[in-house]
Amino acid sequence: MFLFVLRRLMGGLPTLLLVTVLVFTLTRVLPGDPARLLLGEEATPELVAQIREELGLNRPILVQYADWLWGLVRGDLGHSIRGNEPVAPIIWQKLPTTLELSLFSLLVAIVIGIPAGVLAALRRNTAIDAGVTVMALSGVSIPNFFLGILLIYVFSIRLAWIPPSGYVEPWVDLQKNLLLMLMPAITLGTALAGAIARFTRNSMLEVLSQDYVRTARAKGLEGRVVVYKHALRNAAIPVVTVIGLQLGGLLGGAVVTEQVFSIPGFGRLLVDSVFNRDFPVLQAVVLISALAVFLINVLTDLLYAAIDPRIRYH
Amino acid sequence: MSNRTLRAFFANRLAMAGMVILLLLVLGAIFAPILVPYNPTSTDFSALQQPPSSKHWFGTDQLGRDIFSRVIYGARVSLAAGLISVLLALLLGGLIGLVAGFYGGWIDDVLMRLTDAMLAFPFLVLAIALAAVLGPSLQNTMLAIGVVTTPVFARLIRGQVLAERPREYVQAAVALGSSDGRIITRHLLPNILGPLIVQVSLSTATAVLAEATLSFLGLGVQPPTPSWGSMLNDARGYLSQAPHMALFPGLAIFLAVLAFNLIGDGLRDALDPRMKK
Repeated sequence: MFLFVLRRLMGGLPTLLLVTVLVFTLTRVLPGDPARLLLGEEATPELVAQIREELGLNRPILVQYADWLWGLVRGDLGHSIRGNEPVAPIIWQKLPTTLELSLFSLLVAIVIGIPAGVLAALRRNTAIDAGVTVMALSGVSIPNFFLGILLIYVFSIRLAWIPPSGYVEPWVDLQKNLLLMLMPAITLGTALAGAIARFTRNSMLEVLSQDYVRTARAKGLEGRVVVYKHALRNAAIPVVTVIGLQLGGLLGGAVVTEQVFSIPGFGRLLVDSVFNRDFPVLQAVVLISALAVFLINVLTDLLYAAIDPRIRYH
Repeated sequence: MSNRTLRAFFANRLAMAGMVILLLLVLGAIFAPILVPYNPTSTDFSALQQPPSSKHWFGTDQLGRDIFSRVIYGARVSLAAGLISVLLALLLGGLIGLVAGFYGGWIDDVLMRLTDAMLAFPFLVLAIALAAVLGPSLQNTMLAIGVVTTPVFARLIRGQVLAERPREYVQAAVALGSSDGRIITRHLLPNILGPLIVQVSLSTATAVLAEATLSFLGLGVQPPTPSWGSMLNDARGYLSQAPHMALFPGLAIFLAVLAFNLIGDGLRDALDPRMKK
């Protein structure tokens, strides 16, 4: 198990190295000089030259890359241009908030998506099935910022039940934290719920037609036991894969959701770094998000073994 | 596509609903100048934030601009962004996928490593970063979304080519001395068209959503050009006084994305032999 994780992590190294090249290229080689982007269009050439010198931008590009990479290895993500502080602590400070939002959204998505998908599969080709399909597709298609705005309008403005925005840390006031997280989690989780419902339905349909399900039924097992113990467990593997693949999308969606609900998380940091032209922060945020996706994929692989005892990692 | 596939597609009610929505949007986008009652960018300070009425069907915004006219013109931006960025991804990804799948070896290794690395980023995060570096404009938005979508097509087409290449009809063409170009365009492409069309439709849904998102964040189309995403961003500040400002552009994005998803789904079901009843 430990060896598997280690091998899986090592196997990802070449890709991760390429990821660092892409991130570096994104901010250094593409049109737009970081110094000029930082200073704006009207900056004098002298000032641009001075900033370039300070940022080390006039050294050979490979040296700059090696320098940056060596920093990454030591956990140094660079220096924020705007805040004049190291980037790494900023990221570690924002990440838990986004993690909390993502986990709640995942919970919302699973609690809605899996029962809906099972129900649709069991009632195949009925109005219930069609209803679930339309709801699921709508969930996938509704822009999360629109959904967020609708929720704010209904629950904050019309009904005045929930404050429209803001964030309180869970260790400061857990109840307030959960209340404030409710709308963002629904906003972010809806699309994933739709995707999960669709995959659960298809996966269940496939499993329900298998011989062992018929055998379980034939030997007189109760319908519910067959569905949950025999079918759902086997249907879960492709669903887990989909959830794993979609978690990266959750991270992207968090950018918008945090913007709508003014949550000071990782996604807000990305948008702020864009508007502040703070390229070291932008670079770090993009890199960490790719790293997060990679780790999620490893975790997804490990989850298979928990669901399917036939899968063992050595 | 075979007649049976087409029949299955046209018999799918949800897919047809998607086609109708898409047709209306396309007609709206093409005939926008004839259809709209007002200039979408002209302001009217005597009619600020008016609720929907017979004069202004969808109401007016904070500058007194007619929202119905802006939503119709917004269809141009949205559809253009969706279709052009996916076309770009299809061409770029198609080229990468064909070359990687057809020639194999180290070329394949290099190209696939690169697509893997690109797929390692969350779609929207990379699109935002690219759009930010390129600068906000409609062209750059399309470019950013197109580049980020490219690896999806590269992977899909490479996989299809690898599956088709060892088959007899391709081997026969090789044996007859056909050139690589002829084998690719005459034999491989027509046979991988099905999954490709499905992916184009689903990717367009994602691209329309991504354009709206970038515009919502202020990284896409710049004012005063009407774009659904930026209209929603404007509306956020006036939600309690003028909720209609958010409702109509939001519904427009939802319907456009839904239409492409419905069509893509219908096509996939029609092409999938297992789905036959």
